[in-house]
Amino acid sequence: MDDTQRREYWRRNLRLMAVLLVIWALVSYGAGILFVDALNTISFIGFPLGFWFAQQGSIIVFVVLIAVYVWQMDKLDKEFGVDEVESEVHS
Amino acid sequence: MSDIQLWTLIFVVITFALYIVIAYRSRVSDTAGFYVAGGGIPASANGAAIAADWMSAASFISLAGIVAFAGNGYAGSVYLMGWTGGYVLLALLLAPYLRKFGKYTIPDFVGDRYNETARLVAVVAAIVVSFVYVAGQMAGVGVVFTRFLSVDKTTGVIIGMAIVFFYAVLGGMKGITWTQVAQYTVLIIAYLIPAVAVSAKVTGIALPQIGFGTILSELNGLQQDLGIAQYTEAFTQTSRANMVLITAALMFGTAGLPHVIVRFYTAKSVRAARFSALWALFFIAILYTTAPSVAAFSKYNIIDELGGTQGIPLSQAPDWFNTWAGVGLITQAGEAAAPISELAPDSVIRFTDVTINNDIIVLASPEIGGLPAPIVGLVAAGALAAALSTASGLLLVISSSVANDVYYKKINPQASEKQQLLVGRIAMAAAIVVAGYLGINPPGFVAQVVALAFGLACASFFPALVLGIFWKNCTAIGAMTGMIVGLGVTMAYMLWTIDIYGNSDGIFGIPETGFGTVGMIINFVVTIAVSKVTPKPSAEMQELVEEIRYPGRSRLVAAHAEGKDLH
Repeated sequence: MDDTQRREYWRRNLRLMAVLLVIWALVSYGAGILFVDALNTISFIGFPLGFWFAQQGSIIVFVVLIAVYVWQMDKLDKEFGVDEVESEVHS
Repeated sequence: MSDIQLWTLIFVVITFALYIVIAYRSRVSDTAGFYVAGGGIPASANGAAIAADWMSAASFISLAGIVAFAGNGYAGSVYLMGWTGGYVLLALLLAPYLRKFGKYTIPDFVGDRYNETARLVAVVAAIVVSFVYVAGQMAGVGVVFTRFLSVDKTTGVIIGMAIVFFYAVLGGMKGITWTQVAQYTVLIIAYLIPAVAVSAKVTGIALPQIGFGTILSELNGLQQDLGIAQYTEAFTQTSRANMVLITAALMFGTAGLPHVIVRFYTAKSVRAARFSALWALFFIAILYTTAPSVAAFSKYNIIDELGGTQGIPLSQAPDWFNTWAGVGLITQAGEAAAPISELAPDSVIRFTDVTINNDIIVLASPEIGGLPAPIVGLVAAGALAAALSTASGLLLVISSSVANDVYYKKINPQASEKQQLLVGRIAMAAAIVVAGYLGINPPGFVAQVVALAFGLACASFFPALVLGIFWKNCTAIGAMTGMIVGLGVTMAYMLWTIDIYGNSDGIFGIPETGFGTVGMIINFVVTIAVSKVTPKPSAEMQELVEEIRYPGRSRLVAAHAEGKDLH
């Protein structure tokens, strides 16, 4: 990678991180704590929604966030030709 | 010997034999294998190993009980979100970059990125945090042996020490990792079977994560009738602000704990490090989404079996109640915690008249749910797997800190592979003996300090690591000042507020468990301010920090791996 490519790669990595971390904060600190009372008035498969986010939803979203990160970074690595060999990951 | 003891013995012997066979097959002969398994662990196996390493005796035995009993129900959410959310930070902010950086330990990163004094601060912090933790694990091993096999605590801990000694000293990180994969399998099966069985029995829905939604409104009603806050109601014990502070301390602390971070060095590549984080949180989430359901079902069953609002005469109490009251884990409610045996047999007891120890929930849930003896035995084996896997991961941090960061880097830089490996093994053996001793004679404050370790980790390591990676101009003096101030302020606050020392209410009612977040913010501010006024790192160091941002081989990272000093 030359300098322009490096800057572009890093800029896109940071943007992805920022988006994912905002969602991370919204589901845990937001839905699970700060807005829990308001969300608890809504019922979701038997759970008050805020309580569900605090004990189930946030954990599920965390897993999804890392999955999206891994998937998007894989795409980014390929695009910039710095992808690593598949056998190194799954052998 | 009762049925339960027989089945426990069978499961413990089978699982211990399995760990020994795996350890023998993965013995190592070089330092890279001993410290980081040669950096050759596939991502899914590494993820399972991280999960087993992470989920300790506390997660397995106590978590559900804390959610059910330490508060009304909602208050325990801090642990559920806190101990999982940290993995998002690890995956996005640390894992790929530390893997690219290479080397073996957290002090290695701190020492190479900043300076040798910073390395020493990191070594001391890593060893202290790990010893505090490991003592708790060994104590957990003792608890399982005494309660299920009627073996005395000392014998129990010594048996546990012997097993860990065998596979950790022989196989180092490689032996530990593959054993942890087996231990994860054992512990997750042991956790899920009773949870699924109880959920199916109570609600007809086999998936406990969905099933416990159907009993919540009834549970809310029961608690209200008993005069306690509803199960799902927010902020009845902990204020909104403190919920945020405690959750944050646990999340950022998770991302700063040495025995977790070191696992990303064992991945094969940067990409594998990212995948390891994903697998790890996936495996952890299976237990962490099940735990709140175990909590709700157990509380529901216990209130029900103790006669709801009417209560039941003590003489008609269920068997499990008498068993655990007999060993003092169920007592009368109130400060004095007087034994149940002092009550007259015809006195009426209700849920609110007794105090139930948090640890009972998981260990007794098969019994309370009326499940057969083999399942109780399996749960005991699962609890042992959880305790041993965490203990071995922590012991490796201690051993590699001593052998790599102190012996090789400070005392004898000319040491051969063989000498380093020998020192590593001796340090491991010594650490196991010390941990065993602490497990048999736990200092009174261990339980409190374990919870505080997260606060200390987030106030010290997290800013130094993140700024070291993301900010090229972060200087050695800046990071050191930040670590020392963050750690110092947090420790001082904790000593001032916890019961055995000061027992003060603190400032603005911030609990000691949440103060780590404040300490971390102070650390960030100090590090940035001092870095601004101190000379910038060398051009080569800045270029090295630049290179760790991109996967694949690169010039300075390779030079650094061969030992070149870039300061």
